[in-house]
Amino acid sequence: MPSSGAGPIIRIEAVSKFFGGKPAVDNVTLDIRQGEFFALVGPSGCGKTTLLRMLAGFETPDKGRIMIDGRDMTGIGPNYRPVNMLFQSYAVFPHMNVEDNVAYGLKIARKKRGEIISQTQEALKLVKLAGFEKKKPDELSGGERQRVALARALIMRPAVLLLDEPLSALDAKLREAMQLEMVHLQKTVGITFLLVTHDQSEALSVANRIAVMQDGAVRQVASPQELYDAPNCRFVADFIGKINLFEGVAAAAPQQNRVRISAAGIGQVELDGEVLGPVILAVRPEKIQISHEAGVQRGWIWVHGKVTDIVYFGGHSNVFVDIGAGRPLQAGIPNDRRAGMANAAPGDFVWCCWRNADTLLLPG
Amino acid sequence: MTFRKSPMGPLDYHRRPLPLLVFISTLIFIYLPVITLIAFSFNDSRRNIIWHGFTLKYYEKAFANAELMLAFGNSLSIALVSTLFSGLLGAMAAYLLWRFRFRGRAIFEGAMAMPIVIPEICMGVAMMAFIARAGWPQDLPWPLNLGAITAAHIAFCFPFTAIVIRARLESFNRQLADAARDLGAAEFQIFRDIVLPHMKPGIIAGGLLAFTLSLDDFVITFFTSGPDSITFPVKIYSMVRFSVTPEVNAASAMLITLTVLVTAIALRIQNRHRMRGG
Amino acid sequence: MEPWRKAPLVFLVTLTPPGLWLAAFFLLPLSLLWAFSFGGKLGITGIDLTWTLANYARAMDPLYLGILLKSLWIAGAATLICLTIALPVALVISFAPLRVQPWLLLLIILPFWTNLLIRTYALIAVLRGNGHVNSVLEWLWQIGDGFLALAGLGSLHLLGTGFTPLALLYNDSAVVIGLVYVHLPFMVLPLYAALDRLDRSLIEASIDLGAGHGRTFFAIIAPLAMPGIASGVIITFIPALGAYLTPDLLGGPDSQMIANVIERQFKAANDWPFGSALSFLLMYVTFFGLALRSLFAGRRAGGDSA
Repeated sequence: MPSSGAGPIIRIEAVSKFFGGKPAVDNVTLDIRQGEFFALVGPSGCGKTTLLRMLAGFETPDKGRIMIDGRDMTGIGPNYRPVNMLFQSYAVFPHMNVEDNVAYGLKIARKKRGEIISQTQEALKLVKLAGFEKKKPDELSGGERQRVALARALIMRPAVLLLDEPLSALDAKLREAMQLEMVHLQKTVGITFLLVTHDQSEALSVANRIAVMQDGAVRQVASPQELYDAPNCRFVADFIGKINLFEGVAAAAPQQNRVRISAAGIGQVELDGEVLGPVILAVRPEKIQISHEAGVQRGWIWVHGKVTDIVYFGGHSNVFVDIGAGRPLQAGIPNDRRAGMANAAPGDFVWCCWRNADTLLLPG
Repeated sequence: MTFRKSPMGPLDYHRRPLPLLVFISTLIFIYLPVITLIAFSFNDSRRNIIWHGFTLKYYEKAFANAELMLAFGNSLSIALVSTLFSGLLGAMAAYLLWRFRFRGRAIFEGAMAMPIVIPEICMGVAMMAFIARAGWPQDLPWPLNLGAITAAHIAFCFPFTAIVIRARLESFNRQLADAARDLGAAEFQIFRDIVLPHMKPGIIAGGLLAFTLSLDDFVITFFTSGPDSITFPVKIYSMVRFSVTPEVNAASAMLITLTVLVTAIALRIQNRHRMRGG
Repeated sequence: MEPWRKAPLVFLVTLTPPGLWLAAFFLLPLSLLWAFSFGGKLGITGIDLTWTLANYARAMDPLYLGILLKSLWIAGAATLICLTIALPVALVISFAPLRVQPWLLLLIILPFWTNLLIRTYALIAVLRGNGHVNSVLEWLWQIGDGFLALAGLGSLHLLGTGFTPLALLYNDSAVVIGLVYVHLPFMVLPLYAALDRLDRSLIEASIDLGAGHGRTFFAIIAPLAMPGIASGVIITFIPALGAYLTPDLLGGPDSQMIANVIERQFKAANDWPFGSALSFLLMYVTFFGLALRSLFAGRRAGGDSA
C-alpha cells in the first residue's frame, strides 16, 4: 500500500516508554519519509528495538503517539497495522514449509487461491528462492531462512518493512552480501525500510538516512555522509566511525565567529565557532598525516609526539602517537602512503598534522 | 519518578482477562479445600461447616489417640529408615550410572524407572503377593514388624533419590577429578575428597524427597500393612472412611505441615547448590 | 563415562546393593504377580500355576470390559478437563515476568506436596451434601427465596419448597473432579515447559502478518507445543487410569475404576490370579502410553537438532 499523501509514512510524536519506571524510549519525535531506507542505530539498550516494537505494535507507548500512513496507531493491534517485521531470529514457522510460511499472511487475509499461489511464486523469485517451495525451515541455511522471512513480510506489501537486527546472526561475508542485496531489493520493491542495528558501519552502508539513539533519545538524524562529517555531539562522533577526541576550553578570539581553544597535547588553536567554555576537538584518524620533519603551514594543526604502537590492518595501519593528551592520537595511514615513512617505528618522535577545516568542534 | 502500570501489550497473555480468570479460579480450586481443612481443624464445633471459634482441642484429642500416635510413630520410623537406605542405594546407583559404561546399562536404567512409572496399585498388590508367598515372618516385635513395608518403601523411593543425585552429578566438572589425580590423589581419595562433597547436597535433597514419599504413601502401604503395622495415612484412611471429623482435620494438618516443611527444605538445599554450582 | 572393567571393584560395589534391592523387593514381586496371572484359584488361598489364559479371557467379560471402558472414559474426561484448565494456566505462567514465573509455578505445585489421601479428604469436606459448596448454594437459595417472599411471590415457591443439596459426591463426576484436582500439575508442568521453549518471535510474526490471537493459537502455538501437550496428556492419563484412592473415596458404587476391581480381587473377593491379570493389563496400557510419549519426545528431539 504505497502512501497517498506527501506527508511522512511514519510520524513518531513525543513517544516515551518506561520499563520499571526507567525510560527506555524518552520523548522521541521522528519522521520517516515514504520510500527511504532509514536506519535506527545505537548501542544495545539505547531503546531502538523498543521503538521499532512500538511501531509494529508489540509494545504500547506510555506517552505520545505513532502515526503510520496518516493514521493514528493508538489502540491498533499488530495484526491490523500496515507494517510488517523481519525478526532478528527470522521467526520462520518451523512446522510449515517455505511456501506455507510465505503464504501465511495472505491466507489470513483470505485472498483467493490463485492469487496466493502467484504472489507466493513472485515473492520467492524476488528473494531468489524459487524451487524451495516444499522445503522445511530446518533444511535451509541461515541466509535462506532470512530470505523466507523477507518474502513472507514483503508479500504483504507493507507501508513500511521493519527490520530488527536482521543481519546480526549471519557471518561477516554473508552479511556484506546481504547488505548489498537488501539495498537492491528496497529499490526494486519501493517499500520504505526501517532498519534497527547496533552496527554503525552497516547503517552507514545501507541507509539513506540514519537516526542515532542513546539512552532512549535520538541524538542526531542525518544522511550517512553528514553523520560522519558533521556529528552534532560527542556521542555521535564517537559512535559513528573512529575518531580522536580532545577536551579543551574555548575562549573568545579577536576575530568575529572565531574562538581560541586550549587543549592538552594540542596547545592553542583558533577555529571557526561561537561556543565558549568546555568544548571537544575531534578529528578522524584518516585526516591525519604523519611526518618526521616539522612544518609550518597556515590552516593546519601540528602536534609532536612519540609513536607507541603501529597496528597493521592490510589496507592501512593505525599509528598511535602519544602527544601528551592523556590518550594517544590515532592516525590511519594508508599503507601505500606509509611507504614514505616506512622507517617510523614505535619509539620514534614524529609530527602529526591535519587541516583546521577537518577539525570538528563539539560542545563539551 | 512515579510508578505506573504500563499499558497491556499484545502478548501479555498473563494480563488478559480470560486466562487470568482461569488461573485465579484454578488457584482457588486447588487451595480452598486444603485451607478450609486446616482452618476447620481449629474450629470449635463438631459440625464442620460454621466457624464457632478457635480451639486446639482436636489436636489434644489427636495426640491423646493412642492408635493414631502409634501409627504416626510407625510412619516416622519407616520414613527415617527409608531415607537412610534410599540415600545410600540412590547414591550408589547414581554414581554407577554416572561413571560406568556396561552391558545391560539400559536394562538397569529401565528397571530403576519402573517403580516410578507403574501404577501404585500394581506395586501394592505385587508386594502383598510377595509377602504372602515369600513366607515373610509374621508377629515380629516392633519395629521388625515394619520390615516389609520399609523394604517396599525403599524399593520405590531410592529410584527417585537416584534421579536427584544423578542430576547433581551431571554438574560435576570431571576436570576436578583429573586435577586431583594430577596432584597425586588415589581413586578412593578422589571420591572421598572431590566427588562425594559434590554429591552431598543431592544426597540430602534426595533423602528428604524419600522421606516425604515414604511418609505420604498410602496405596502401597495399604496392601503391605498388617493389623499391627498401621501407618499414619492408613490410619487416617480408616478414619476418613468412617466419617469426616475435626480430629481427622487435625491429624491431616499435622501431616501437611510436616511434608511441606521437609519438601521446602529439600528444594532449598537443591536450589542453593544449583546456583552456587552454576 | 568409562568401561566398568577399568574399576571392577567400584563397579560391583555400586551395582550390587541397588541391583539386589530392586530385584528382591520389586522385580521378584512383579514376576510373582505375573506368574499368578496365569494361575488358577485353588481353595481359599492356594494358587495353582497352570499357565492358563483364563484370567485374561475373564477380563474381556462384559462386566470387566465395561469397568475398563469406564476407567478409560473417566481418566480421559479428567485428562481433557486438565488440558483445558492447564493451557490458560501455563500460558499465564509462561508469559508472566521472568522473576515471578518460579513463584507462580510453586503456587501451582505447592498443594501437591500434601498427601494424596488428605487432599482427597479435603475435597470430600468441600463437596459433600452438607459441605462448603452446598452451604454456599443454600445460603444463596435463602437469599433468593427471601427476595421472592419480599416481592410477594413467596407462596409460589418458584425456587422449590426447600433447598435440595446438589449431589456432588459419590458419583462419576466427583471422581472426575477428584482426578483433575490431583493430576493438574502433571499437565501444567509439561505445557509450561513447551510454551516456555517456544520462540516468542514466532507468535509475534504470526500476529504481525495479520493473524488474530485465536488463529495464532491454533496455527502456531498449538502445533509447536504439541510435544508438550502430548506429553502432558499421557503423563496425566496414565496415573489417572490407575487411580485407586480417588474413585474409592469419591466414587459411588458404580463409579469403580480398574484399580478398585484389582483391590477387591486381592482383598474381599480373594481371587489373586484374576487380580494379577488385571494388574498386568493396566501395566501394559501404561507401558504403551509411555512408549507413545517417548515417540513424541524422540520426534521433537529429531526436529530440534536438524
